Amino acid sequence: MLGSMQRAPTPSQPDVRDVSIVLNGRRVSVSFGTSVAAAIWNAGVAASRLSVRGEPRTALCGMGICHECRATINGVPHERTCMVDCTAEMNITTPTTL
Amino acid sequence: MHIHSDILIIGAGPAGLAAARAASQSPDKPTVTLVDENGQVGGQIWRRSAPPWAQELVGSAKDDRLRLLSGTSVVEPLKGGALLAVTQGQPNPLRLSYRWLILAVGARELFLPFPGWTLPGVMGAGGAQAMCKAGMDVRGKKIIVAGTGPLLLAVAVYLKQHGAVIPAIVEQTSSANIRKFAMSLWRTPAKLAQGVKLRASLLGVPYWTDAWPTRAAGAGSLQSVTIARASRGMVQDRTLDADLLACGFGLVPNTQLAALIGCEIKGGRVVVDDLQHTTMGEILCAGEPTGIGGVETALIEGEIAGLVASNQKDAAMRLRKSRLDARAFAARLNAAFALRSEVKKLAQDDTIMCRCEDATLGQLRRYTSWRDAKLQARCGMGPCQGRVCGPLLREVLGFEPTDARPPISPVPLGVLAQRHE
Repeated sequence: MLGSMQRAPTPSQPDVRDVSIVLNGRRVSVSFGTSVAAAIWNAGVAASRLSVRGEPRTALCGMGICHECRATINGVPHERTCMVDCTAEMNITTPTTL
Repeated sequence: MHIHSDILIIGAGPAGLAAARAASQSPDKPTVTLVDENGQVGGQIWRRSAPPWAQELVGSAKDDRLRLLSGTSVVEPLKGGALLAVTQGQPNPLRLSYRWLILAVGARELFLPFPGWTLPGVMGAGGAQAMCKAGMDVRGKKIIVAGTGPLLLAVAVYLKQHGAVIPAIVEQTSSANIRKFAMSLWRTPAKLAQGVKLRASLLGVPYWTDAWPTRAAGAGSLQSVTIARASRGMVQDRTLDADLLACGFGLVPNTQLAALIGCEIKGGRVVVDDLQHTTMGEILCAGEPTGIGGVETALIEGEIAGLVASNQKDAAMRLRKSRLDARAFAARLNAAFALRSEVKKLAQDDTIMCRCEDATLGQLRRYTSWRDAKLQARCGMGPCQGRVCGPLLREVLGFEPTDARPPISPVPLGVLAQRHE
């Protein structure tokens, strides 16, 4: 127990403030304080949602107004991803067949 | 749950924070509740980087004297002077009653439609900055910053500092307007210094005036932006590669909540007197909803509202001169960056105007009013409740948005079912 607590962090160890999430089934590590919309952009995901006509859309306003960035977070659909910060083990899904 | 406060403040940006500070210093020791939709205070302008006084103020919020409800959105006004609100992750709504209500709900960006503006990779100017502040990685990305106003410079500096490459800043107003505005800055030396500092941070970044985006293109996401530049009566197009287009055409006051409560709105602004009283009894409004005035105006008006609501009217009266000065500066700025007619005519018949319902300009041209467009083409009936397409249709087709309707933002039906409990 003591031994494991005293172990020096190795350079490859992730920042303790990093957060591990699951994005479309893929495990992704993001910095603490990253919004879900930013995580989606950083991961190169093509769309947060599909429009009525089936066009890909991602965040426009970045501040909770336009609802273009909405996606499913932990099973809850239509969440505004720019208004929610990533937390450990958060599960995010977006349409993957465009 | 029911929370009663002497002073209820909606919005924890500069105006709301200034109001909370002024009220909390009153010898009357009123109870103050500060509500904000975001997880952090600071509003859109300060986002996650509010000044020390604001952070101290919020840090002191622990009892009835000052209560902070973050992640909390107002749904609608209730009968008898209260608001219904929901907090993120909480199934049960809140009933917030008050003696004084201060609306400090800020502004949003004005978007104007052009071919390709719905492509992933086209964001607002403030939107791109907000996304970057929330962790969007822009290192090595080519970002064109376009639209109008000094915000473009601030956004470009911020993105550049975070590693983005800025191929150009594209400003629609004329170089003559910018020169005239710059000449007027001697009256406000602090603003002049700010401007000089911004420009110095942008050495090597082209700043094109008399220029605007006409098309965004790409397969699935943005790859290039076409920019029109006017010079000596000629307009020339040129296309630049881009990973992201950060494009905002100014700000729109948020008036929806004030309108729902019954406050008079005129010309898209909440009507107030020189002590921030709206036309409704003990309801005050400060900052951008009363007309775009910038952060200095918001701080002064927020302070006035906080003082008025906490029985310190004499102190509030003494701020009226600074308020007028701040408003005069804002008026010069708004005039310098007024929209040229060309940027209101960029949409083609197949350009989407209402992004929620995918209604195109071709479909909407047939209608003569906002109401018709709503009823026939569902324009403005989607989740954004017309907050994006309302202001742009006013610019493009001259439709005046009609009365706001609740809920202000979409909520689960269960919340509405519980509102009378």
